[in-house]
Amino acid sequence: MASKKKKEAIDEGKSMEIRVSLFPDEVLERVLGFVKSHKDRSSVSLVCKDWYTAERWSRTHVFIGNCYSVSPEIVARRFPNIRSVTLKGKPRFSDFNLVPPNWGADIHSWLVVFASAYPFLEELRLKRMTVTDESLDFLARSFTGFKALSLVSCDGFSTDGLASIASYCRNLTELDIQESGIDDLGGSWLSYFPESFTSLETLNFANLNSEVNFDALEKLVSRCKSLKVLKVNRSITLEQLRRLLMRAPQLVELGTGSFSQDHLLRADAELEAAFNNCKSLHTLSGLWEVSSMYLPALYPACTNLIFLNLSYATLQSTELAKLLPNCPLLRRLWVLDTVEDKGLEAVASNCHFLEELRVFPADPFDQEGIPEGGGTGVTEFGFVAVSKGCPNLRYVLYFCRQMTNVAVATVVRNCPNFTHFRLCIMNMCEPDHITKDPMDEAFGAVVKTCKKLRRLAVSGLLTDRTFEYIGTYAKNLETLSVAFAGRSDRGMQSVLEGCPKLRKLEIRDCPFGNSALLSGLDRYESMRSLWMSACKVTINGCRLLARRMPRLNVEVIKEDDNDDTQAEKVYVYRSVAGPRRDAPPFVITM
Amino acid sequence: MPSPLEHDYIGFSSSSSNFEEEVEVEDLKGTELRLGLPGSESPERKPVVGLSLGLPKSSVSGLKRGFADTVDGSGGWIFSGGSGGGMENGKGGPLVSQKEENGGGTSGQDSKGHVLSAKAQVVGWPPIRSYRKSMMPTNLDKNKDGIEDKQSFGCVFVKVSMDGAPYLRKVDLKTYDNYKELSSALEKMFSCFTIGQCTSQGVQGKDGLSQSCLADLLHGSEYVLTYEDKDRDWMLVGDVPWDMFTNSCRRLRIMKGSDAIGLDLYNGIYLPAAPRVKEKSKNRNDLANQMQKPV
Repeated sequence: MASKKKKEAIDEGKSMEIRVSLFPDEVLERVLGFVKSHKDRSSVSLVCKDWYTAERWSRTHVFIGNCYSVSPEIVARRFPNIRSVTLKGKPRFSDFNLVPPNWGADIHSWLVVFASAYPFLEELRLKRMTVTDESLDFLARSFTGFKALSLVSCDGFSTDGLASIASYCRNLTELDIQESGIDDLGGSWLSYFPESFTSLETLNFANLNSEVNFDALEKLVSRCKSLKVLKVNRSITLEQLRRLLMRAPQLVELGTGSFSQDHLLRADAELEAAFNNCKSLHTLSGLWEVSSMYLPALYPACTNLIFLNLSYATLQSTELAKLLPNCPLLRRLWVLDTVEDKGLEAVASNCHFLEELRVFPADPFDQEGIPEGGGTGVTEFGFVAVSKGCPNLRYVLYFCRQMTNVAVATVVRNCPNFTHFRLCIMNMCEPDHITKDPMDEAFGAVVKTCKKLRRLAVSGLLTDRTFEYIGTYAKNLETLSVAFAGRSDRGMQSVLEGCPKLRKLEIRDCPFGNSALLSGLDRYESMRSLWMSACKVTINGCRLLARRMPRLNVEVIKEDDNDDTQAEKVYVYRSVAGPRRDAPPFVITM
Repeated sequence: MPSPLEHDYIGFSSSSSNFEEEVEVEDLKGTELRLGLPGSESPERKPVVGLSLGLPKSSVSGLKRGFADTVDGSGGWIFSGGSGGGMENGKGGPLVSQKEENGGGTSGQDSKGHVLSAKAQVVGWPPIRSYRKSMMPTNLDKNKDGIEDKQSFGCVFVKVSMDGAPYLRKVDLKTYDNYKELSSALEKMFSCFTIGQCTSQGVQGKDGLSQSCLADLLHGSEYVLTYEDKDRDWMLVGDVPWDMFTNSCRRLRIMKGSDAIGLDLYNGIYLPAAPRVKEKSKNRNDLANQMQKPV
């Protein structure tokens, strides 16, 4: 009986196979064209050879989370029809100056390959990569149909490079250079957009300082009827903003310039009217130097706001409390800790649909006798208050100077749906400020309660217990950031052993050594990367890892000649491209 | 071999007296004051006077990292393995890598409850992105993109540190019209730190001392007023027209005259002879020679 069933199953399987392979390739490709997610496409490509082939021909967007995990030649060989590329470069800790300059992640070699393999490339989205003016110029000239350029946290270029883009990309729809640290040589680049150019939909130059030619900007905004996203820089005054808004009431995302004026505006009513026109706004940011006098002008535009980024606006709690009732649909809110706990209480009372909250410190390094704006930032009270009022919270980034285990446990009890929990107690190794215990139980509560947790950043005084909790409970964890924590190798080992979905692990200043590093031997190939700096790993440990796992790149960054045995900074990642060919002298591949 | 985390259970460094090591190099020109003209033989050095009487030398390590947070334009600190070389924008001199034992960071307060001396100084901590630091409206002086027209923002706050002073101050350059006004304001501001020098050794006291004592010190070339410009070079104050100065000055430092090697002084008006050499690297060597290493 059993064997008969088995035979039937096999027959059925065979005929299924035959049926499937009778699909003409074009149909298969067409169907697969609807599959957008990278993960799904990865799965599709593993089904069988036909599907692999169909997938590679039908893929138009490739996402590469670590630019050194693969080479441009390999990408070009596998995917012939790419129109859009997303690339990420440096390790995330480069944001905090832990990676020396000239480390790498230069886009140029990719562009050269793409210029011949993908002449019809339309989109390039880069994060933490080095892009030179020369590359931008090359890009602008090589891809005639180029549409979207997004450079997030990139470096290496100047406004001259932007001028090349403006001059040659006739079909440009998106130019977004947010948070890139570039050489600002002046605002003339904006004037290089030809008068016939009308296709722009997204323009974000908020990170620049120099004045652009306002006349050119105003004309550009007027003629680009499809403009949906406009994020200007600080040099744009309130009056200028008003004029821009009158030209572009259809904006969906707005980044204001400095929200203040040296002299009183002619009429507040005009400003309000301008904002009143913008009923489609769902994202608002900028607001540097925001003056409470003008803030109410914003209110009419806030009705449909989903995302409000006040993280550059030094608002006090009262101002926030007046603003928030105008934003009933808010789902994402970024604020400065100048709003204090009271401000967070206002968030709790008003933002019932809130899903994401980020609280940034206004003065993280200023520990002088004279704090800049006074005030103490936010504490555990604000955190708990928000959790009470906003049960849908799933993403939090919270910078504070004190916290308690009980408070965190309360927060996650109120909001069990966290997917991203990033708590930064700014004082290093700070214990529970009431009990003086380590903060282990806090993070224990997080991982026990939040089953969907994908990203976690820990801080405060932590023993290995925290990591044991993480290893035991955080089964969906993908990204973990650790600093100044743990007691022994056991900590890191618990995580590596216990978190099957871990993809990115970044550690600094922890007492984890070679045994911890080597305990992850089986894990690293299923991860994107591991970063360890100022830990107890030695060069020999790294060598051993490299020898045992040849498909990993084990790189040690060595910036000075002292102490040959310690591996100060270690970056481990899987790669099919072999060791880097462009490594600077301070990056040593084991 | 550095042991970055030799902190005990409650996170205090076992050797907080080594905090000196952790402080940004520029802050500590030794911790001693000297009298006399730069270049002349310095008499016996006197211990620095801290904010409270009777503090051990280590308390001076409460010096805020006067320049640390703009040395690389991004609040870079120095710490154990973090060599501080990670200048995202490739600007600025490298920070010193303190490879010696310097504890896990004295979080909270030291044993004397001195808030000032509390924080260890660490590259990239707290984890605030350089971009955010540079864009913060309250920290215009830290903006490494270099604001072209600071005037439009109405104020130009710069930090002022003084070698040997336990904390630094901020001034709004816009409130002064010329160098003289700035100079007298600074004299007033920092007089309390140097009054001690005018008294007999080691005793701090303000009684009977006038601010002219400081002025004498300043003009007597014991101290030199320098500033860091947009290009991160250290210049003598007085080089350039006042407006140009307020636009390019990012921070001020009242530096020991003897350390301003190669800079010329002339009756309190400082002549432009500032070398384009990064002061930091030179000073680091000085410091290395002067500082006492932990056992």
